[in-house]
Amino acid sequence: MTTLEAAAGRTDPHRLGHDRESPYRQRTLGHAAGGPVSKRIITGYGFWIFLLSDIIMFSAFFATYAVLVGDTAGGPTGRELFNLRNVGLETAFLLVSSFTCGLASIGARAHSRPWFYGAMAATFVFGAAFLSIEVREFASMVAQGAGPTRSAFLSAFFTLVGCHGLHITAGLLWLLTMMAQVFAKGYRADILRRMLCFSLFWHALDIIWVAIFTVVYLMAVAL
Amino acid sequence: MLGKLSWEAIPLNQPIPMIASGLVGLVIIGVLGWVTLKGWLPYLWREWITSVDHKRIGVMYVVLAMVMLLRGFSDAIMMRSQQALAFRSPGYLPPEHYNQIFSAHGTLMIFFVAMPFVIGLMNFVVPLQLGVRDVAFPTLNSVGFWLTATGALLVNISLVVGEFARTGWLPYPPLSELTYSPGVGVDYYLWSLEISGVGTLLAGINLIATVLKLHAPGMTYTRMPMFCWTTLASSLLIVAAFPILTATLAMLLLDRYLGFHFFTNEAGGNMMMFMNLIWAWGHPEVYILILPAFGVFSEVVSTFSGKPLFGYRSMVAATMAICILSFTVWLHHFFTMGAGADVNAIFGIASAIIAVPTGVKIFNWLFTMYGGRVVYSTPLLWSLGFMVTFVIGGMTGVLLAVPPADFVLHNSLFLVAHFHNVIIGGVLFGAFAGYTYWFPKAFGFRLHEGLGKASFWCWITGFYVAFMPLYVLGLMGMTRRMQHYDVAAWHPWLLIAAVGAAIILIGIILQIAQFVVSIRRREELRDEIGDPWNGRSLEWATPSPPPAFNFAVLPNVQGEEAYWGMKQRALQQARLGEEPVYADIEMPRNSPTGFICAFFATVMGFALIWHIWWMVGVAALGAYATFVVFAWRDVDEYIIPAETVARVDRANRSARSAALARRQAAP
Repeated sequence: MTTLEAAAGRTDPHRLGHDRESPYRQRTLGHAAGGPVSKRIITGYGFWIFLLSDIIMFSAFFATYAVLVGDTAGGPTGRELFNLRNVGLETAFLLVSSFTCGLASIGARAHSRPWFYGAMAATFVFGAAFLSIEVREFASMVAQGAGPTRSAFLSAFFTLVGCHGLHITAGLLWLLTMMAQVFAKGYRADILRRMLCFSLFWHALDIIWVAIFTVVYLMAVAL
Repeated sequence: MLGKLSWEAIPLNQPIPMIASGLVGLVIIGVLGWVTLKGWLPYLWREWITSVDHKRIGVMYVVLAMVMLLRGFSDAIMMRSQQALAFRSPGYLPPEHYNQIFSAHGTLMIFFVAMPFVIGLMNFVVPLQLGVRDVAFPTLNSVGFWLTATGALLVNISLVVGEFARTGWLPYPPLSELTYSPGVGVDYYLWSLEISGVGTLLAGINLIATVLKLHAPGMTYTRMPMFCWTTLASSLLIVAAFPILTATLAMLLLDRYLGFHFFTNEAGGNMMMFMNLIWAWGHPEVYILILPAFGVFSEVVSTFSGKPLFGYRSMVAATMAICILSFTVWLHHFFTMGAGADVNAIFGIASAIIAVPTGVKIFNWLFTMYGGRVVYSTPLLWSLGFMVTFVIGGMTGVLLAVPPADFVLHNSLFLVAHFHNVIIGGVLFGAFAGYTYWFPKAFGFRLHEGLGKASFWCWITGFYVAFMPLYVLGLMGMTRRMQHYDVAAWHPWLLIAAVGAAIILIGIILQIAQFVVSIRRREELRDEIGDPWNGRSLEWATPSPPPAFNFAVLPNVQGEEAYWGMKQRALQQARLGEEPVYADIEMPRNSPTGFICAFFATVMGFALIWHIWWMVGVAALGAYATFVVFAWRDVDEYIIPAETVARVDRANRSARSAALARRQAAP
């Protein structure tokens, strides 16, 4: 057996790099020392990392928007196109939907049917209202000849804002699936973990919207 | 009905792709037929295709990488032979075909050889080294693998149906825009990378959560083996960089499909933005590949020197420093953009600074070997070959990081020689070292040493013969990607380079021979106890191959080099530790979700490439339905009873006890 023969208890003859009596050795305990953590923590942690990656994807679209915002190719600028009243309404709907989503999480944790279904339904309604305003804004811009093919600025605008809108759409689909699942399966541990991910997702979309509201709409009108 | 797809998409008039794809088709049909005749399909479906075991998925990643290596290497042979022949002649590859070959070669080698190889090794090894039973998200892991396989499949479908991109491995606009590349080639590239990019992102998220949250008791961060640290760094880079790739390629897709103006010549598009974005992903990407290879070398050098890794903490610091610095250098890929002397200087200095932590690592490996009882096994040879070769590649990299020098060398064969120098000498040698090192863990028997060493010598000789001439040619002014040329002085160097490629071919043939011979002689190469190299980290505490649950009882880690400490105690006391109390183990159930998702992703990608919109809708619906079905399952774990666990562990314990007794009896 090659294995154990060479082992023969020989440690590093020069003792390079590994000081067995180092005072630092004790201090290394404490991080992750207790073995694997619970499934709920792992799921939430993994989903947070996914959300960070999603935010990085958005940051690429934000950077692109910032580079191309002046490249209107003779077409309309943001100041001419954006209607802050609509955008304010959108923002309000989305923020309220985040609040109701929070209520839904509490409802799920409390196993309360009326709170969970009521708050989820409200979240859906506010999310759908947000989306319909956005779709109408896009449609009116395209009708004015200010569609994404008009200029690099508009390409970047439609992509950045539209990517957020696609996330909202996916979120609404997830929301309905989530409600159906709670209806069919009850408040099982794995389903509550999914609910945790859903609410993280929905709140993250809020954060991104706040950045869009500022960088795209407010800055276009103010600067 | 079928969008842009028609019979004209099959290149019936071009013999080379038709013969090649015919051969590949025959091999696939042959393998499928053989597997069906032998009645192995149910086994493959149950135990591999639907498996959520990190070890099986890791092995499948490596198999994918090796198969794609053969495809990518045949592209390389074609390029080298074309350039050897094309002196004052058109050679045998027409320009439009040659352009597809160099594009496919780069795409395959980076995305479908290097990436799956390192992700496969990380998947297989990391949970074992951390002393746990699986990765954080086992089913997601399977989805990630199969989406990567989808990307590889789409690239290979382009060989027969339609064409591949002619734009190089990174599709620079405006050449890649619809105006200049109206065919489906660029679309094949874009969709296959969008899909496999999602798979890679899932793997990255999974590995971060695993390394940071799943540990055996006592396995603190500063007790983790070096390979776990490099896995963490590489996965952090995946999560931070791949979304940029996804966004950038999405923008190019919007330009091509919906007439947007991100990178076009007209309406305010800015093509230099593509270079910036793609390299903001692309430079971290090279560290995503090399850091796991550094981890492999750390394990191999320490094991075969019989010593702990020298400077563990400085190694961790160097790894994390590279992780951060890799995001600060992307502009050195296009100094010639004309950003100005100050900007170029900053990025040049930042690029040169990365050589510092890399140098720390090289010295740490050298000091690990210093004073050790060095065993010159095949994995160690790959590591030594790496150290010599990578230092040369690193130095030519520092040369290229000097902006004035880069203005002269930009886009020349000097650059081609440089990045092959670091990718072959670094990533690929690391992958081969890891393959040889962990093969016995995966399959229970070692690979044949003699053939492995012969293959190593062919690879390293072939590498130098093939790529050193390219440095010379670059300094002589030859640019990359030339289909033909008429400079007499270049010709002899290109002939030498072709000879080098042929020597590498012998190396690959020897590797295949090594694989076959090792299987045939597996009884004499058998690893009885699970520790064939006198290892130091926890993967060697398991039997070879490890059972589905990896560890009968989660090990209690009491220091760095957890397994080495356990082994020393056993040797001193001349007996193994007390038999643990066995308990039932819950393991995740296998699931076809990953495979079915990838099936729909393949259909969707193909339909998008050929503008078959109804099929896109059907596939999207299918993918959603798959997720819902998966989400609806009620039982996602199964129990391995304590008796089974005890039986597996007792068998391994008795093998280890016997080995211990034999060692005690020996003088």
